[in-house]
Amino acid sequence: MELKLPIYLDNNATTPMDPRVLDAMIPYFTEKFGNAASRNHSFGWVAEEAVDYAREQVAKLIGADPKEIIFTSGATEGDNLAIKGVYEMYASKGNHIITCTTEHKAVLDTCKHIEKEGGQVTYLPVQADGLIDLKELEAAITDKTILITIMYGNNETGVVQPIREISKIARKHGVLFFTDGTQAVGKIPVDVNADGIDLMAFSGHKMYGPKGVGALYVRRKNPRVKVTAQMDGGGHERGMRSGTLNVPAIVGFGKACELCMNEMESEAKRLSVMRDRLESALLELEEAYVNGNREHRLPHVTNISFKYVEGEGLMMGFNKNIALSSGSACTSASLEPSYVLKALGLGDDLAHSSLRFGLGRFTTDEQIDFTINAVKTTVLKLREMSPLWEMFKEGIDLNSIEWAHH
Amino acid sequence: MSRIYFDNAATTSLDPDVLEAMMPFLTEKFGNPSSIYSYGRETKMAIENARKTVAKILNAAPGEIFFTSGGTESTNTAVTAAIRDLGCKHIITSRIEHHATLHTVEHMEHFKHATLSYVRLTDKGHIDLAHLEELLAGNKERSLVTLMHANNEVGNLLKIKAVGELCKKYDAIFHSDTVQTVGHYPLNLKDINVHFINGAGHKFHGPKGVGILYVNENVRIKPHLHGGSQERNMRAGTENLYGIVGFAKALEIATERYEQDSQYIKGLKTYMAEKLQQNFPGVKFNGDTNGSSLYTVLNVSFPMNEKSDMLLFNLDMAGICVSGGSACTSGANAVSHVISAIYNGQATDMVPIRFSFSRHNTKEEIDTVLEKLKELV
Repeated sequence: MELKLPIYLDNNATTPMDPRVLDAMIPYFTEKFGNAASRNHSFGWVAEEAVDYAREQVAKLIGADPKEIIFTSGATEGDNLAIKGVYEMYASKGNHIITCTTEHKAVLDTCKHIEKEGGQVTYLPVQADGLIDLKELEAAITDKTILITIMYGNNETGVVQPIREISKIARKHGVLFFTDGTQAVGKIPVDVNADGIDLMAFSGHKMYGPKGVGALYVRRKNPRVKVTAQMDGGGHERGMRSGTLNVPAIVGFGKACELCMNEMESEAKRLSVMRDRLESALLELEEAYVNGNREHRLPHVTNISFKYVEGEGLMMGFNKNIALSSGSACTSASLEPSYVLKALGLGDDLAHSSLRFGLGRFTTDEQIDFTINAVKTTVLKLREMSPLWEMFKEGIDLNSIEWAHH
Repeated sequence: MSRIYFDNAATTSLDPDVLEAMMPFLTEKFGNPSSIYSYGRETKMAIENARKTVAKILNAAPGEIFFTSGGTESTNTAVTAAIRDLGCKHIITSRIEHHATLHTVEHMEHFKHATLSYVRLTDKGHIDLAHLEELLAGNKERSLVTLMHANNEVGNLLKIKAVGELCKKYDAIFHSDTVQTVGHYPLNLKDINVHFINGAGHKFHGPKGVGILYVNENVRIKPHLHGGSQERNMRAGTENLYGIVGFAKALEIATERYEQDSQYIKGLKTYMAEKLQQNFPGVKFNGDTNGSSLYTVLNVSFPMNEKSDMLLFNLDMAGICVSGGSACTSGANAVSHVISAIYNGQATDMVPIRFSFSRHNTKEEIDTVLEKLKELV
């Protein structure tokens, strides 16, 4: 079969919808169009039943009770609702939140907003491998701490934080633990009880479901967690999130969760084999480095820096044929180097020369072959033209050179 | 059993042409609009084209249109921003607003972010403009006026231009919840002194999960959701791409069909109202049914008796889908807050039913419903 271009290798930004998900949604776009809050007639009940079923599918994927699932418009809204909601609800207990520097913008910007409101936020650094230091986490807890928010899997490096250890520390100090599970849920086993998670946000479009829908898990038992609604209105979603339910998208999200649940094990295995093959082939290049911990990592992600190569040039080399990014989609329009990679200790040059490969359900071996070849060729070609590479090959220590500033 | 859907103020069926416009974005055109490669560029372009379409129809600038997850989010964003960013210390609203407005302003009052006044209603349930002016004149600090354009339960239409002029006179910020009128009436935003309006796709044969917030270019507000530069830093979160495309398409179709559809639906409403008047003694029309009223909504109260007590239930058994109040409150058995406000809590011996129509309804359906009502009342 001929390879169809461009190849999509940016499944951390968004994923194509699984046709089985779309099939499940279609009836709710067309004949089953009722408002799930209409309680007086069958159009409403049919919609409500569909939402209830989806809620079970979503809950099951993360080992939660369906009553603990609040449907949202996506992970960003979930992140906002969890952090602001806890901050407002537990104001009498304290005003301190702990997060880390490699979180998604939805968490970081919300934390910055909280600071403007008068809250205190500690931004933990990460180690060179992207993991947080648990001792630092524990040391940061004060009697005013109400929330720890650390993401499950990082969107740029795929690094998976020690969630269970974090939740143990949170529990020990009676602090709530929220995790942005957007990249991890559906890809690796996530169980809110085994993992000790109190709140978790995730979204449909990162797991082959539709855009415009997500969920916030809010623990109901041990402890019972409450959040202050950030959108008031008809009192939907047990008062925590008002607004007419996006029924077709919720149905699709439920189906996407079910598919992930059924296929996760084999899919994770398939993708990690493919990812490892891609990674080792690219590491055959000189001066190529994987960013982040390779052991505690999502199975479908690798982030690689190619030293002495300009990232933009690198992208230009195969942009037409391979869709991938050098950082997160949300910040890719800016030319700033990735703050996540900088937090790992990379200099601007290395951060600029990195590529994020996000494999997915529809990635094939042929696509990986093509990618290996295209990336290798481009790197070699760019280095051939690079005076820095030439100097490096001549054994000149580039750090010893004093550059003229102009 | 074939069903009759007379609950179009709760939600409408998606137009097949809208679904067709959405399909490419549910399948091969799936890129994250923030991505810089082709997959992202083509979807970004689709969103910006949708924005231009919507802006043009509403006679607004594309920069004034922000896509949200729906009407509720838009209302919350507008009301919160008016207090937080625009210096409003006082809110004027009415007791017949949608809960998205009422609960948000109650929240503001509860946390002492603003004081709250309710403008009086006339006997037909219209906003008393003289009282509105009194309230505006009586407050030294800047006011936010939030009044819906068309009431979702009884259909009363606000004199939106007149309210806009009053707000201008007193330097007040004006938000109008236009969820029931966007896609149902031509709105010319250049001609109305309004700072915020909102719309929801699913009220005019578009998709659920998507709405707009119009923010007049003369006001600057901060976002409600934080965390990404989408919607020009105003609304973070990966865009509901197919929803946005569907919203614009649905609004385009609604605008094209306005003349014929509004005449047709108005005909249905008038027909049913006349027949009810003729055949049901003691029936009472809620709101300004024959006056300044939304052509899609007919709200009628039947005298309470043993039979009518179960009216909603029995109508459903007969395959007739209507509502007692709005969908958002239909779960609670409480009397609709709108009906209660219009009659000052005095209409408890009546059973209010909202019939709301779309272009898919017919006179034959109305005849069927009338026959059934004769049995049930």
